[in-house]
Amino acid sequence: MTDINTKLETAEHPENLRRVAIDPVSRVEGHGKVTLLLDENDRVHQVRLHIVEFRGFEKFIQGRPYWEAPVMVQRLCGICPVSHHLAASKAMDMIVGATLTPTAEKVRRLMHYGQMLQSHALHFFHLCSPDLLFGFDSDVAKRNIVGIAAAHPEIAKQGVLLRKFGQEVIRITAGKRIHGTGSVAGGVNKNVSIEERDYLLKDADQMVAWSADAVGIIKRLFSLNPELYNNFGTFQAHTLNLVRADGAMDLYHGGLRARDMNGQTLFDHYDYSHYWDEIFEDVKPWSYMKFPFLRSLGPETGWYRVGPLSRVTQCDFIPSPLAEAERKTFIAHDGGNAAKATLGFHWARMIEMLHTAEMIRELLHDPDLQGTDLVSKGERQERGVGVIEAPRGTLIHHYKVDENDQIVRCNLIVSTTHNNQAMNEAIRQVARQFIDGKKLTEGLLNHIEVAIRAFDPCLSCATHALGKMPLEVELLGMDGARVDLLMRSGDGVVSC
Amino acid sequence: MEFPVSDTFQLDGKPVVFETGQTVMQAALAAGHYIPHLCYHPEFKPHGSCKLCTVKVNGRTAASCTMPAEAGLEVESDIDELNALRRTLVQMLFAEGNHFCPSCEKSGNCVLQALGYDLEVHSAGFRHQFPDRPLDASHPDILLDFNRCILCELCVNASAEVDGKHVFALAGRGNSKHLIVNAESGLLKDTNIALTDKAMSVCPVGVIIKKGVGFSTPIGERRYDQRPISQQALDDAPRPPSGEAHD
Repeated sequence: MTDINTKLETAEHPENLRRVAIDPVSRVEGHGKVTLLLDENDRVHQVRLHIVEFRGFEKFIQGRPYWEAPVMVQRLCGICPVSHHLAASKAMDMIVGATLTPTAEKVRRLMHYGQMLQSHALHFFHLCSPDLLFGFDSDVAKRNIVGIAAAHPEIAKQGVLLRKFGQEVIRITAGKRIHGTGSVAGGVNKNVSIEERDYLLKDADQMVAWSADAVGIIKRLFSLNPELYNNFGTFQAHTLNLVRADGAMDLYHGGLRARDMNGQTLFDHYDYSHYWDEIFEDVKPWSYMKFPFLRSLGPETGWYRVGPLSRVTQCDFIPSPLAEAERKTFIAHDGGNAAKATLGFHWARMIEMLHTAEMIRELLHDPDLQGTDLVSKGERQERGVGVIEAPRGTLIHHYKVDENDQIVRCNLIVSTTHNNQAMNEAIRQVARQFIDGKKLTEGLLNHIEVAIRAFDPCLSCATHALGKMPLEVELLGMDGARVDLLMRSGDGVVSC
Repeated sequence: MEFPVSDTFQLDGKPVVFETGQTVMQAALAAGHYIPHLCYHPEFKPHGSCKLCTVKVNGRTAASCTMPAEAGLEVESDIDELNALRRTLVQMLFAEGNHFCPSCEKSGNCVLQALGYDLEVHSAGFRHQFPDRPLDASHPDILLDFNRCILCELCVNASAEVDGKHVFALAGRGNSKHLIVNAESGLLKDTNIALTDKAMSVCPVGVIIKKGVGFSTPIGERRYDQRPISQQALDDAPRPPSGEAHD
């Protein structure tokens, strides 16, 4: 088996190395930083992405009534709250023994597709297009969405309106654009009226067209600079994602599929209600974020990658025609090596955005959306597990509820946590490729961010405004004295 | 038979017709004038504890829910000075309990929250006390979330006066005052409360909860989504049969 990592995780003799810290990487969902240990020749010996976040929700949801979970727990995120809203709802469906009505499931799916669309649009157009269209080490003053709006006004406008459309889908299904209440234990609290449907339908074709254009943008970037895009931060990883019973991509529901880095299936269509038999979480002393791994492979080599790159490359097909055609192109790219490319995340993400735009358009024609049978109930259960494919990857919610209807245990494994080790590996690759042996510059610093951003982790929330991640890189000599300091403030100003 | 006598007093410069025996609050609401209030409920004897309905009567402060209406009174209510004090009172209530509106199922139907919006409470104002108040979820159909209690006593009165059960009471003094359940175990499951009790429907906040209902009402259809409390309270107020008192 190829060594899938741990090199560069821990230096053999850290006492002789100087430490460079990028702190903070961002601060939403807590606080993240990157540390590098370099020798006197600027060779990299250790790279770590530390997530110093506190996930209090698992604790303070304890004692609360179960029906509160979908609304309360979604507050842990401002980017993809719908994912938490729905994952918790799915867990509560199990608690109340519900079998969803067609209306309930379709309204939820519509909500979820709206969430995926707006989140992917936000990430690609607002956060990453400045890096991709201007260059990773381009003029930092222009490397933001304002610069994009000036240089590529039509692209910027499409990004804004795609996101707006997704937010409107969420508003109509959940009651609010952010932190709605539409999904409840056992179903939904509203349907989609004819007026609401028609309001969304009038823009649905345009959203599909713009999403297809967005796939075209990232394809062109790969073709214009294949050396960079195919190889930047590239590494092999095992994968985990949900798939439908027929192997199709299904972002809302399905069984778990895990494959090793060579494409061999480890388990397939696995009932996620017993996820703990296959997935376990390891702890490392230098990060507050756990490191999930596949039990069958163990903590050292069992880490895996989730998210668009895994979903698009590991599903058997995408059940919407335009996205499926793009998936085939992506799979064939670079001799089938797209699955390893960290920047392939962007390509896969845009294919998913196209898929969700197609699914929204299709669902809006479904009369079940106007149904009035919204909630169901069955035999009460003690334990509930909800798994969904969130924009950033597989999201697991797990609750235990006592006989008084109070939650007594909660475990959340969010997408960013699944990708913890994968993100570490990506920045280690980037450090090897671009930083090893070189003097630090802002542009080099941004290469690390570009690798982290490709995963669209929740810890990049701080950059979701204008891509102005506040960063501080401190270069210390072996005696601990500061040799160099590079800072970028929240307004994007870089100073030395 | 003695007929009620009508007369008028002035509220913020406008004449308000009242009948003998009415309080300033009752007369004002019946005439279509809103005075912010929290513990006042038209079906129960007022006790003037929340002080949110404080007005100035001939220059002196008084609780309008207990102040008898009299001819010729000069009452001030909607003035900056009093609204600032009301805002402070609401801030204190929020700081005293654990009011997490974002995940509270009473959000949109909560009087305290609606008053916060109506009085433009934009910040906490005081350090939150974060009291430790465990839930009582022992009853199969009803949950008590003491975190949200504002000690208005409406449930105490409803249970005693209407339901005849005395399920609730207030215990302790000062900052330690709190709502208790009148059972040897202290648990709701050991009382004879029922879903049909009046006490189930009077809580202005989210203490007394029917289990399993949660967020079944969509955003946009909740009580205060469409109309602010200043309008909703007028709809709820008892009216003279002819309604001619509205201006």
